[in-house]
Amino acid sequence: MYPSRFGYESPKTVEEAIAILDASGGEAKILAGGQSLVPMLKLRFAAPEMLVDINNIDGLRYINVEADGTVRIGALTRHEDLEYSDVLPTASPVLAAAAHLVADPIVRTRGTFVGSVCHADPQGDWAAAMTALGGHIVAQGPNGKRTIEVKDFVVGPFQNALAYNEIAIEAVIPAPKGKSTGSYLKLERRVGDFATASVAVSLDMVGDVVARAGSALAGVGGRTIDATDAVASLVGQKLTEENIKTAAEAVAAAAEPRSDHRGTSDYKRQIVKTFVIRILTGLAESSQKAA
Amino acid sequence: MALDEIKIGGMGASRRRVEDNRFIRGKGNYVDDIVLQGMLHMEILRSPMAHARIKSIDVSKAYEIPGVRLVLTGEMMAARNLAWMPTLSYDTQAVLATDKVRFQGQEVAAVIADDPYIAKDACQAIVVEYEALPVIVNPLQAMASDATVIRDDKENQPGNKVFDWEIGDREATDKAFAEADVISKMELHYPRSHPSPMETCGSIADFNRATGKLTVYMTSQAPHIVRAAVAMVAELPEHMIRIVSPDLGGGFGNKVPIYPGYVISILASILTERPVKWIEDKTGNLISTGFGRDVYLKGEMALRKDGKILGMRMNTISDHGAFYADAQPSKFKIGLMHSTFACYDLPAAHLTSTGYYTNKAPGGVAYRCSFRVTEAMFFQERMIHAAADDLGMDQAEFRRMNLVKDDMFPYRTAFGFLTDSGQYEKCLNVGMEAIGYSTFKQEQEEARKRGKLLGIGISTMTEPLGAGNSREYDILGIKMFDSAELRVHMTGKAILRTGAMNQGQGHQTTWAQIVAHELGIPADDITVEEGDTDTAPFGMGTYASRSTPVAGAAVAMVSRKIRAKARKIAAHLLEVSEEDIEWELGRFYVRSNKERGVTIQDCALAAYSNMPDGMEPGLENNAYYDPPNLTWPFAAYFVKVEVDAETGVWDVLNVVAVDDCGVRINPMIVEGQIMGGLTEAYAMASMQYITFDEEGNCIGSNYMDYLLPTAWETPGFELHEVVTPCPHHPIGAKGVGECATVAGPAAFVNAVVNAVSHTGVRNIDMPMMPNRVYEALTTGKDVSGMPPVRISD
Repeated sequence: MYPSRFGYESPKTVEEAIAILDASGGEAKILAGGQSLVPMLKLRFAAPEMLVDINNIDGLRYINVEADGTVRIGALTRHEDLEYSDVLPTASPVLAAAAHLVADPIVRTRGTFVGSVCHADPQGDWAAAMTALGGHIVAQGPNGKRTIEVKDFVVGPFQNALAYNEIAIEAVIPAPKGKSTGSYLKLERRVGDFATASVAVSLDMVGDVVARAGSALAGVGGRTIDATDAVASLVGQKLTEENIKTAAEAVAAAAEPRSDHRGTSDYKRQIVKTFVIRILTGLAESSQKAA
Repeated sequence: MALDEIKIGGMGASRRRVEDNRFIRGKGNYVDDIVLQGMLHMEILRSPMAHARIKSIDVSKAYEIPGVRLVLTGEMMAARNLAWMPTLSYDTQAVLATDKVRFQGQEVAAVIADDPYIAKDACQAIVVEYEALPVIVNPLQAMASDATVIRDDKENQPGNKVFDWEIGDREATDKAFAEADVISKMELHYPRSHPSPMETCGSIADFNRATGKLTVYMTSQAPHIVRAAVAMVAELPEHMIRIVSPDLGGGFGNKVPIYPGYVISILASILTERPVKWIEDKTGNLISTGFGRDVYLKGEMALRKDGKILGMRMNTISDHGAFYADAQPSKFKIGLMHSTFACYDLPAAHLTSTGYYTNKAPGGVAYRCSFRVTEAMFFQERMIHAAADDLGMDQAEFRRMNLVKDDMFPYRTAFGFLTDSGQYEKCLNVGMEAIGYSTFKQEQEEARKRGKLLGIGISTMTEPLGAGNSREYDILGIKMFDSAELRVHMTGKAILRTGAMNQGQGHQTTWAQIVAHELGIPADDITVEEGDTDTAPFGMGTYASRSTPVAGAAVAMVSRKIRAKARKIAAHLLEVSEEDIEWELGRFYVRSNKERGVTIQDCALAAYSNMPDGMEPGLENNAYYDPPNLTWPFAAYFVKVEVDAETGVWDVLNVVAVDDCGVRINPMIVEGQIMGGLTEAYAMASMQYITFDEEGNCIGSNYMDYLLPTAWETPGFELHEVVTPCPHHPIGAKGVGECATVAGPAAFVNAVVNAVSHTGVRNIDMPMMPNRVYEALTTGKDVSGMPPVRISD
């Protein structure tokens, strides 16, 4: 590949990295997994003056599940770490379901979870999953750390809320109200294709009653779509065929798809609706089995 | 004792590919691996617009970048009479645009610099002012009476039509239709697809002013044709041109044409007196080089109610892009389209074809068998499927009734081809048995009750492979023979060179096996070389599955010439007359005493050390082979699918492929070819296509938009073989490299259409993406894939 000319720094600590970013005055880009950035450099869609490679900073690759169920994911945690995690299937079934649908196996070995959220691609799986889970991002800058809700963090297509001298150092999924359940479904024409439609549904269950419901969509709008309001009607309810259908239709209505060579907007809504029904029906069946 | 042919790697041995050792270890030698002293690097600036007038080109900013040596524009090419070049279809193509750009991705300028980074930077610094013109992205727009004339550079080109062509017997066909009980119709678009070899195109031109010799290392499937063309275009004497194709990272027909990049790099080397390397990037390859298909086909079939086909009427409209640059060797305007229905006993047929210019990349016949055969057979099998449905007949039985029977060969097809051999019904039976055809209908009905949509699709076809015979096939007048040259060294080892050009087919492996079969020299003792026009005998290169039918035959023939000389040497060594000598693999012996013999290696040594009086020393020869006919392999493919009614997603449950390609030289390589072809068939059926929006923007300019299936999507394949030797080929082989790409797509489409046919759907254009299948299911109407792609906000 033949990118434009750029400088390169490889700091050993977060503080050092922040200092470089601060000094760059907004002309630097952080290189983590590089699975979105490097193709953009190759196509010269991105031409930063400086790349700040954070891969040599220790201690940023982890998935920690705290006693209350809070999940913390470090900035250098690779997609494959989530895919092969022993703890995630219980701690966060939505993340576990999405993990093996992210891009392709080659990208998953290198790309990072936090980097994907930061990239804020409207097609991004992790921003959608995090939105459905009500997650937040911990950002660190010259003045210390701050916490940003993912729904506020992703401010538009390919735009996040970080200041030029801040690094997203951790993603946090808050403790569930009860048992964390949910899933992630994606229609893609091929592994690694941009999704025709992706659906994340997260339910916290107390027995067979929904204690918290979240949903988000990718690929069906110019940004990650927060469809949590559309599934709010499920809270306090047991899942039934009827309320599943109502919720699925509401989520489909929240989508903002565009007709293109992947399908018409109506088709994409149909996929969203079908996927919500499939996820919720699956959850209803397993909660019945458990009961 | 005669040698064990399998042990020496002869015919029928699944010998490991000798090429793979270096490829797997990263020791291949591709164009981009070659580094020459003082080499400069070239980058091409391409048009972002599909159709525009060039108002101005300002290259001054590019020259300001340190390390930029030369910037070439159309004007500078025109000053040397090189702004346009002839195509292999007797049209002209712009090398660098002068007046207008006519497709997105067309070459506008070139920068030659010290390294490729600088060359890219400098391309970005060139300022081109365009004035947009109306864009035409399909032939229906092109044929409109008020359509903008794309090729206004040509005299006598009032509209956008490239050609009109017809073949067949119109009267006899009309009569068949008048007598028909049932008339069945089919109309479809075979989308544009790109071969997308792993290695893009590229060249290193090295003009040496001291010797006057031009050496070009390049990605060509046909280096000798390039030498002839360069001699014509660059006006250099042929002996002062050396074209070298080193290892090629795939070709699939993409590397047959002569591209502007090659020509520009040659001029750049002449002007700079330095070697100039040009390596195309992936997007450049996808948007500007030889594609396949993009044809609208419609037809109707006259049928008797018992199922007998009486006649066929067909019309094709092809989209050739901005320049008619098809690299196809037939004299026929639409390639071998009229090979359609060759496996069926079709009493009367008539075909009309029209070609059009559009604002899209030129090409059209690349991609693992075209010359339009791929489109011909795809249409054939979609038509057959529809006809069987219209008659209410079983798909397999309808085919069985109409396929040419074993005792009808040689069979003259309705369009004049002579098919010479095959066991079509046997192939059909083998496939039906393997896929479990007899119980499928029951399975399908039961699945329907459970809300599952199952479908089965069949595709049967014979195709003309191995162009050609010199009566009918040539490129720019050069006949389509091929060649081999064999030198046996004194220790019995050998070097073989052919006029073909390996690009993944395994020539180094299989050619040695043919020599082993003919001479008993172990295949491991034979080096195979191709691609250097200074050393290889003249040949027409590798495409159209022609290597084994033509060059492979030449390998057998030159081996036989060597054996004939070795026999004389053996007689001399054994002190008997030649008539008393017998041959068994690897050895001559005295007929009356089998123990008394000499090996081929003994003869080789004697050719250099103890030849008979009066005999010319050495043991080498060459052979030029002009095949008497094409070869006609047969394929019967079966695909079983399940369609998800709520999403339109379809999964492949089974694929059974029965191939009869005559005698198999290396069964493992043949199977690899078939699996590769089936993968590409699945690709085109499911996801892989290049389309355009209304402004002529190419949707498919990178691998995020142009989808190639990976190991994750590609289904497994079950392969079966039937062997009917080719009656005219010296070792009975037929071409096979392209059978699966040709016959495969229809099997997938027929399967999906079968699964949703209860809605009344007759056709879903490829690729059958989930949204198209869903649309078909919910509307019950056919789904067209004709560009421009529908995009709305």
